[in-house]
Amino acid sequence: MHPALSVIIFTTASGTGYGLLLLLILLNINGYLPASRGLGIAGFGISLTLITVGLLASTFHLGHPERAWRALSQWRSSWLSREGVVAVATYPVALMFAIGWIFLGNTSGIWGLSGFAAVLLAGLTVACTGMIYASLKTIPQWNTSLTPINYLALALTGGAVWLMALTQLFGLGGNLPALLSVILLPLAWALKQSYWTLIDKVPGQHTIGSATGLGALGEVTLLEPPHTEPNFVQKEMGFKVARRHAVKLRKTAVVLAFILPLAFTVGVLLTGGLLATLLALLAAISMVAGLLTERWLFFAEATHVSMLYYGNKG
Amino acid sequence: MTMLPENPSQKKLGLVIDLDTCVGCHACAVSCKEWNSGGHAAPLPDTNPYGKDPDGVWFNRIHTYEVSQPELGPTAGQTVHMPRSCLHCESPECVTVCPTGASYKRAEDGIVLVDEDKCIGCKLCSWACAYGAREYDPDGGVMKKCTLCVDRIYNENLSESERQPSCVTTCPAGARHFGDLGDAESEVSKLVDERGGFDLMAEIGFKPTNKYLPPRPKTNSGSSYRPLNIDQQATPDSRFLKWVDRLFSR
Repeated sequence: MHPALSVIIFTTASGTGYGLLLLLILLNINGYLPASRGLGIAGFGISLTLITVGLLASTFHLGHPERAWRALSQWRSSWLSREGVVAVATYPVALMFAIGWIFLGNTSGIWGLSGFAAVLLAGLTVACTGMIYASLKTIPQWNTSLTPINYLALALTGGAVWLMALTQLFGLGGNLPALLSVILLPLAWALKQSYWTLIDKVPGQHTIGSATGLGALGEVTLLEPPHTEPNFVQKEMGFKVARRHAVKLRKTAVVLAFILPLAFTVGVLLTGGLLATLLALLAAISMVAGLLTERWLFFAEATHVSMLYYGNKG
Repeated sequence: MTMLPENPSQKKLGLVIDLDTCVGCHACAVSCKEWNSGGHAAPLPDTNPYGKDPDGVWFNRIHTYEVSQPELGPTAGQTVHMPRSCLHCESPECVTVCPTGASYKRAEDGIVLVDEDKCIGCKLCSWACAYGAREYDPDGGVMKKCTLCVDRIYNENLSESERQPSCVTTCPAGARHFGDLGDAESEVSKLVDERGGFDLMAEIGFKPTNKYLPPRPKTNSGSSYRPLNIDQQATPDSRFLKWVDRLFSR
């Protein structure tokens, strides 16, 4: 699948944003983070900005963004519609909680309830994003429960690392955000590795023989494509990343998204003061680079069954 | 409405394509492109048609495959031309994934269409289609696909024989057939039964309506090619020429 920049930015930015929002609220309503105004402004500012930038980025690849409101209507059948509904629904409750925190210093009662709703909706939004991809039978690599699981794991882990960086900056929260990160990072790594192990298994279910239905007659190969220039379908789905290139990129993603942030987080736990803050920020930056690489690979390593008609082997 | 119709009628309009008689001339593709320069899905874009990176939307594209049977011999096999267009599936996921309701399946005849007033061009339907049947029109910003010539088949401005998809009336080899595959007594259904019509990528479960007729089994009685025997042809007919021949053969 062609790794479209707008979708990579959308899923990484909004995923991390929802993770940060979720954990920020969760840690406060459970009493682990005080409702400090500075932290509130920075935390909600950053998370909501990430989410909004991400959602806007996703509308850039639309042919008719002015009709995007219609995408909220088919939630009965479409995961994309469901994602739109919960994404939009997260805003009022998140904003309400943020207002309670920043302007009223109150995150209990009705404000706490709205926070709880925001946590739920943020998680659901990321899950729906993952399900858009997982529900497609045409892309066998994505058609696994590991897809939404990984989306959630990476959103939470990214959110945890960013929360660690933020709380270090404000000197709040103690060791908890760093501890969360140190637990989530290896977990997310293991889940990502399971996904890669799964998609490396061959053979696939669909072949050029089954796609054309001529497999019963013999060995099928493409003799002549329908045209000499690639068409829309080939440009959109025909992207192929070389195996050795993918292997290198996987290693890069692991180092940037898991190993370095883990090392920096351990550093945060073992040191303190300015050094810990710097390490926490480095962890967050490394995480961003790692997530972008991982997301690029998620698209690049996915193959679409329609390419079987154009001569892909199964 | 991207929920599939609750009470679909028995009618399942679709195409039957004969892979035995298709000669791969691409006339059906050109005819479809021409018909859709006006009407329901028009116009179909063509960018840089004479330039460096030509691109355009076509509903029907013809692939050619080589099917080899190495167990029968090193050159045993055949060439099969396969026109590929929307199969108007019974369980089309291109319909259910659409977030706006632009992609829909008609309850009255099963034709799958795009409502271009609602489509936002998110392209998710093209990702959901196993057959690559949907293409994005960068000019119109919407998705387009085979309409089963819905603007021809019910069109009273056309004569009855013309009320078939353009690709069907154009095919010079008579390889394309149109009809109601939900009616067991229809010509197309009988064809499918007689010839063993099959689904493309049946295992993915979208239940295509369009069926493909497999190439008929070839007899493997060796080559039917006999070289022209020139010696026999060289025998003169007339008595005079026979005498000349004897004269020069001494």
